[in-house]
Amino acid sequence: MATKTAATATQRNKAEKNPILFERTPALTTAITNYCPGCLHGITQRLVAENLEKLGITGTTVGVSPVGCSVIAYEFYACDMVQAAHGRAPAVATGLKRAHPENTVFTYQGDGDLASIGMAETIHAATRGENITVIFINNAIYGMTGGQMAPTSLPGQVTQTSPYGRDVKTAGYPIRVCELLSSLDGVAFLQRVTVDTPSNVRKAAKAIRKGFEYQRDGLGFSLIEVVSTCPTNWGMTPYAALEWLRENMLPYYPLGVYKDCKAGE
Amino acid sequence: MAKVTVDIEYCKGCGLCVDFCPQEIMQLETEVITQKGYHPAHCVDQESCTACLNCAMMCPDVAIMIER
Ligand SMILES: Cc1ncc(C[n+]2csc(CCOP(=O)(O)OP(=O)(O)O)c2C)c(N)n1
Ligand code: SF4
Ligand code: SF4
Ligand code: SF4
Repeated sequence: MATKTAATATQRNKAEKNPILFERTPALTTAITNYCPGCLHGITQRLVAENLEKLGITGTTVGVSPVGCSVIAYEFYACDMVQAAHGRAPAVATGLKRAHPENTVFTYQGDGDLASIGMAETIHAATRGENITVIFINNAIYGMTGGQMAPTSLPGQVTQTSPYGRDVKTAGYPIRVCELLSSLDGVAFLQRVTVDTPSNVRKAAKAIRKGFEYQRDGLGFSLIEVVSTCPTNWGMTPYAALEWLRENMLPYYPLGVYKDCKAGE
Repeated sequence: MAKVTVDIEYCKGCGLCVDFCPQEIMQLETEVITQKGYHPAHCVDQESCTACLNCAMMCPDVAIMIER
C-alpha cells in the first residue's frame, strides 16, 4: 500500500513537472519543410528524428539525404547530414559507417532514388551487410520532378510518363523492395509499414527504432519501407491520398516484417 | 481536457488533424491566411480534447503542441 501511494505521488509530480504531452522533438531543426501540405514525408521524417532523440543518439548520428523531395533533409534533421548524389546514399553511408563505426548512420530515400537509379547501391550495400539503417519512402511516383512513373508505380497507374496507365507489357512490373532484399544473407531487418493512421504511425515508429537498435547491436543492414503518399502528383487531397494508398498500394505492398535476424530468438 | 496549440508558422492547412480528431474539434480557420498562404488549423473546443494525440500523430509539419 505504501509503495502504491509513493508511486502515485511520483506520477503526480512527473505530471506536474512535465505538462507537455506532445511537442516538436529537438532532433528536428526549426526549419519549415519544403514538403507539400499533407505529404506523409513529414510524418516519417519526424519519427526518425524522435527515435534519434529517444535513443540519445542525435549528437552521434550522421544521416544521408537523397535526391528527391527530401533532398534538403539536411536542413530539417538536427544531426549531422551528408547529401548524396542520386541513388548513391547507401554507398555514401557505407563509407561513413566504415570510417566511423561508432556513429549511427542512416539514409532517407524515395523510391525513384532507392529503387531506380540507386538499385545497384541498395542491393550491394544490403548484400554486404553494411551496418546502416535505410529509411525508404515508397510513394509510387517521382515526386520532386513532377510525377513521373517510378519502379514502384502500380500496374495501370496514371503518371506523367504513363498517361494511359502503367502498361506492364512495356514498363514491367513494380518492384517490391522488401521481398527482393529478403533473400540476401547480409540483411538483418526488413519491415514494411505505413503512416496512414495514428496507430500505424506508432507501429512505424517502433519499426524505425528497431532498425536503429539493430545497427547499434552491429547486426547488419536494416531497411524500413514506409508506404507513403504524394497528394500533389497523385492529384488528390491529403485525405483522399490516404484512401488511395489503402485501396491500391497496400494490396500490392503488404505490410509486415520481411526479415528479422533475431526472429525465433 | 488538454490544451492544443497549432504553430501557424508550420501549419500548411492540410486538414489531416481535422480529419483524424475523434472529437471533431479541429478546424481550419478560413478567415486567417498564414505568411505561406495557408488557412491554419486550430482547436475550437479545448474542453472536449481527450489528449488522444491523433492530431499530433498525423500532422506532417509537426505544428501541434499538446499540454495538460
Ligand atoms: C543523376 C540525376 N538524374 C535525375 C535527376 C532528376 N531527379 C530528381 S529527383 C528524381 C526522383 C525523385 O523521386 P523519388 O526518389 O521517388 O523521391 P520523391 O521526390 O518522390 O520523394 C529525379 C529522377 C537528378 N537530380 N539527378
Ligand atoms: S511532390 Fe509529392 S512527395 Fe514531394 S513533397 Fe509534394 S506531395 Fe510530397
Ligand atoms: S488530442 Fe485528440 S481530441 Fe484533442 S484535438 Fe487532438 S485529435 Fe482532437
Ligand atoms: S495536420 Fe498540421 S499542418 Fe495539417 S492542418 Fe493540422 S496542424 Fe496544420
